[in-house]
Amino acid sequence: MLSVFRRELASYFVTPVAYVFIVIFLVLAGAFTFYLGALFERGQADLQPFFTFHPWLYLILVPALSMRLWAEERASGTIELLLTQPLSLGAAVLGKFLAAWTFTAIALALTASLWFTVAYLGEPDHGVILAGYLGSLLMAGAFLAIGSCLSAATRSQIIAFILTVVVCLLLLLAGLPLVLDLFRALGLPQPVIDSIASLSFLTHFGAIGKGVLDARDIVYFALMIAFWLYATVFVIERKKGD
Amino acid sequence: MIEAQQLTKRYGAHTAVAGVTFRVEPGQVLGFLGPNGAGKTTTMRMLAGFLTPSSGCARICGLDVVNESLAARSKLGYLPEGAPSYGEMRVGEFLGFIADLRGVEGGRRRQRLDDVVARLDLAGVWSQTIDTLSKGFRRRVGLAQAIIDDPPVLVLDEPTDGLDPNQKHEVRALIHAMRDKTVIVSTHILEEVEAVCTRVVIINDGSIVADATPQSLIAQSRYTGAIGIRATHPVVVRDRLLRLAGVASVEAEPGGERVLALARPGIDLYAEVERTLREDQVEVQEISRERGRLDDVFRRLTRPGAGADPASADAPVVLP
Repeated sequence: MLSVFRRELASYFVTPVAYVFIVIFLVLAGAFTFYLGALFERGQADLQPFFTFHPWLYLILVPALSMRLWAEERASGTIELLLTQPLSLGAAVLGKFLAAWTFTAIALALTASLWFTVAYLGEPDHGVILAGYLGSLLMAGAFLAIGSCLSAATRSQIIAFILTVVVCLLLLLAGLPLVLDLFRALGLPQPVIDSIASLSFLTHFGAIGKGVLDARDIVYFALMIAFWLYATVFVIERKKGD
Repeated sequence: MIEAQQLTKRYGAHTAVAGVTFRVEPGQVLGFLGPNGAGKTTTMRMLAGFLTPSSGCARICGLDVVNESLAARSKLGYLPEGAPSYGEMRVGEFLGFIADLRGVEGGRRRQRLDDVVARLDLAGVWSQTIDTLSKGFRRRVGLAQAIIDDPPVLVLDEPTDGLDPNQKHEVRALIHAMRDKTVIVSTHILEEVEAVCTRVVIINDGSIVADATPQSLIAQSRYTGAIGIRATHPVVVRDRLLRLAGVASVEAEPGGERVLALARPGIDLYAEVERTLREDQVEVQEISRERGRLDDVFRRLTRPGAGADPASADAPVVLP
């Protein structure tokens, strides 16, 4: 698994993908934080405006990262090479996922200058910010796991991208009235509606972002990742020969 | 050793491979032949553990490819169809990656990498990106990864496809050098079979239609024992030859002044043809013995509707 992880992570940096991704991520994160989030104008030494926009940033950027995970292997035929090595499918899926996750962690770590900025300007609650980073990373992991699964379902990276954006958007919005009203209109009972709402990324991320490290939120993201990675294995098992 | 027993792969209603059974021993190079779509690649993918058989089983060195998949895969070097590799990697990185995946470590890693680089002449492209390599080199990189940990079993899917004659020759020499292993090579280049294989399995519509040595297959050709005559007036030659009892039929070669007298099974025509033409004073430039042609046998066994019955391989050839 370690060899897959190393190869995969290195592959980000030999192509322009890594640099383009990191630059766009940093520019957008900065722009959202300062302009839409009005970091300075708020007059508060925290990173709330920064984290608020992460779900939306990830919505576009993470699928762009995850779309190639398996679709590219299938399109180029290397999936056959990889999966005929003495390596379990689970290890391959995990290795690739962890590489992508590590890569987003690197991109995320590069935003630490914002942390330094607020630390210089005021006295932020470092625990809250750390929790925000942790929550953000967990959410990115969940997005990536979804992307991994949908990338395995097709050999077209574009289709993988679009499917991932749609699924992630649904999961983001699941807690909002916009989506819940739709299900209510369908006449679903309240417990079902509640469970749909509890699937929302925003709800769980929001809680962590406020500095409340609730085990339930962490477990939620961990389960999300585990479920979608398991689904990836299942999808590849089913579709690898197509 | 490779064993396949009633190996079958179905896709919905379509059966790609229908109950294929064969066994390859160490020291054998098996040529796996068949028209496109006959099920060669599907069979090899099942042997390599990439596809799960719908029914039947296969073993590599006694290890089941489904239940003991990882152990079986570690015994097997596999070149997938089209020799895929990670284009953005350098040759050295790629081979190192495969070596790591296969658990080749320490001093042995260095030694194995040196060995495959020497065998496949990759030293000059060691630090080149695979994407920038020519087709021939990419194929060689694919072969290099297949033999990186010196596995006892090799499954090579069209190793010479798309190579120029020199490169084909090199790849054949390489396969020949590894004949102490158990090797399966799929191809549709028939000359290759005669050059490197000790045994031939022909598959058509998912079933085996022949399993024999190249020589015995060639012996089934209707051109075996035929006599070729180059003459100024081929029509005259043809008339004379048709009168001979041992001649089954006479064919004119397309566009040429040559005619071929096909022999009835077990009859050596040469002396009789030579004497007849001399006595009748027919003007001929050349009389020569023909070799059996594998492509002729191949076509007969794999023509549409040739049937899945292996016995049909032994059925008498119906001559025109």
